[in-house]
Amino acid sequence: MTRRIAYIASNTFREAVRDRVLYNLIVFVLLLVGSAVLFGQISMDIERIVVINLSLTSISIFGVVIAIFIGIQLVSKEIDKKTLYTVLARPVRRWEFIIGKFFGLVETLTVNTFFMALGFYAALFYVSKGLHKSDLNILLAIYFIVLQFVVITSLALLFSSFSTPIFSAIFAFALFVIGTFADDLKNFAALTEGITHWLITAAAYLLPNFSSLNVIGQVAHDQPVSLALFVHNSLYAALYSCAAVCGAALIFERRNLK
Amino acid sequence: MGVLWFLLIVCFAGSVLIERKIDQLRPAATLEEVLYIPSSKVVKRMCLGFEALVADIYWTRAVQYFGAQHVDNSGQYKLLYPLLDMATDLDPRLIPAYEFGSIFLTQPRPRGAGEPLKAVALLQKGIRQNPDSWRLYQGLGFIYYLELKDYPAAGRAFEQGSKIPGAHPFLKIMAARTLQQGGDYQTAQMLWQSIYESFNDGMIRDNAFKHLRALQVDQEVLQLEALARAYAARTGHLPAGFSELVAVHVLRSVPRDPLGYPYELLPDGHVMVKFYHELPFITHGLPPGAATKR
Repeated sequence: MTRRIAYIASNTFREAVRDRVLYNLIVFVLLLVGSAVLFGQISMDIERIVVINLSLTSISIFGVVIAIFIGIQLVSKEIDKKTLYTVLARPVRRWEFIIGKFFGLVETLTVNTFFMALGFYAALFYVSKGLHKSDLNILLAIYFIVLQFVVITSLALLFSSFSTPIFSAIFAFALFVIGTFADDLKNFAALTEGITHWLITAAAYLLPNFSSLNVIGQVAHDQPVSLALFVHNSLYAALYSCAAVCGAALIFERRNLK
Repeated sequence: MGVLWFLLIVCFAGSVLIERKIDQLRPAATLEEVLYIPSSKVVKRMCLGFEALVADIYWTRAVQYFGAQHVDNSGQYKLLYPLLDMATDLDPRLIPAYEFGSIFLTQPRPRGAGEPLKAVALLQKGIRQNPDSWRLYQGLGFIYYLELKDYPAAGRAFEQGSKIPGAHPFLKIMAARTLQQGGDYQTAQMLWQSIYESFNDGMIRDNAFKHLRALQVDQEVLQLEALARAYAARTGHLPAGFSELVAVHVLRSVPRDPLGYPYELLPDGHVMVKFYHELPFITHGLPPGAATKR
């Protein structure tokens, strides 16, 4: 079972890295990271802050775009090209296929982020005239960005298991936007009473929480990220994406592929 | 293929030429005196969690706006405080926005917004959000001392700042000095010297340098006027010029301002700086009415 999932994951990774659009997006992020160095020069005393904020924001936004646009095609492409039937004709379960696809895309995004992070650290090295111990803190922000990608990939996969690519992209992006307001939703729930309170609270927990995964502003000012947040965010991303992938697998199991 | 390349190059070159013509036809694009979204809460919602980057953009916009108005010498800085307020609402930890922004706001018109009270409000907001930043207390004490002439408040600000771990020892000295000898030239000189030494930014250092030079001129003018008065008390008439004071060995040579030009002694005993417009921030040695025009 594990070998089959690993095989599908590695194929998904190989297929994704062949996509030229992916490289264009990475190059674009690296250009933005480079431009951060220039942006800092037209401002005052924030060169390093701008490099961190602009670079990590670019990595995050473009990573989410890559996650959504590759994620929504994972299943539909296989159906359109009829390659799915070849895969499922072998002793591969449908849920194994979904999980393999998920891990393949997560692997792709992690490798992408690694290269984008290298570009970012090069820019930071140039601006700060070297790297300091406190710059290790930024790795945590990058790790949280990868966790964002894991969650958004699972959602893209969930939607693509029952919907068309365009609608899947819209749904996934809408959830990303709503997820950034997770704290506001909980605050709003606290202001209401009765059934409204319960409904909004339920919605707040059902929707993904991306706000706690964004610590860019914090690390830009050299503020430490707590170990507790690291552990809780890791667990949250693992559990939430696991639930979404399970949902995707359940729907895909019942999907009529004829 | 060759034709396509030729067309591509010709068309692009043509578009560049036309765009240059269009730029000449239209008035130069300026930063409009308007904040399209005045509410930081709305901007925060629109940033999708990336408000730290948007704060950097607002701070950069504030710097560019200040620079443009400064060069224009218009003295109009209507948008400066709203831009700084927005930047610091979006990223309350953006220390440079409080630090430099308060200097922009404090500078007298037309070199700055001439709004020291708004600068105080901005720094107090910064201190509320970043109570461990001694530099904000330094800025606050600086404004209270030099602009608002509120020496007890300046002393309190320096004192509070000096209690923060890692604060520059200079704050403790300033706290004692402002509380004891508020208003003297030496203290003002020390303050500007501290700004000159503790900031790396060229614009801020240049500004501090000009203030230090102005303080030197003010002191020299007052001393020379005192000398002329003392000479008049002794001889019964004011000296015709500094050369007369040199001749009687009151002065070793004709005194010169920091730019190298000789000071002028007027028949009424006042001392005037020759090219006073090249020495901003001076308050003495000006021709009558010049202080208000500058």
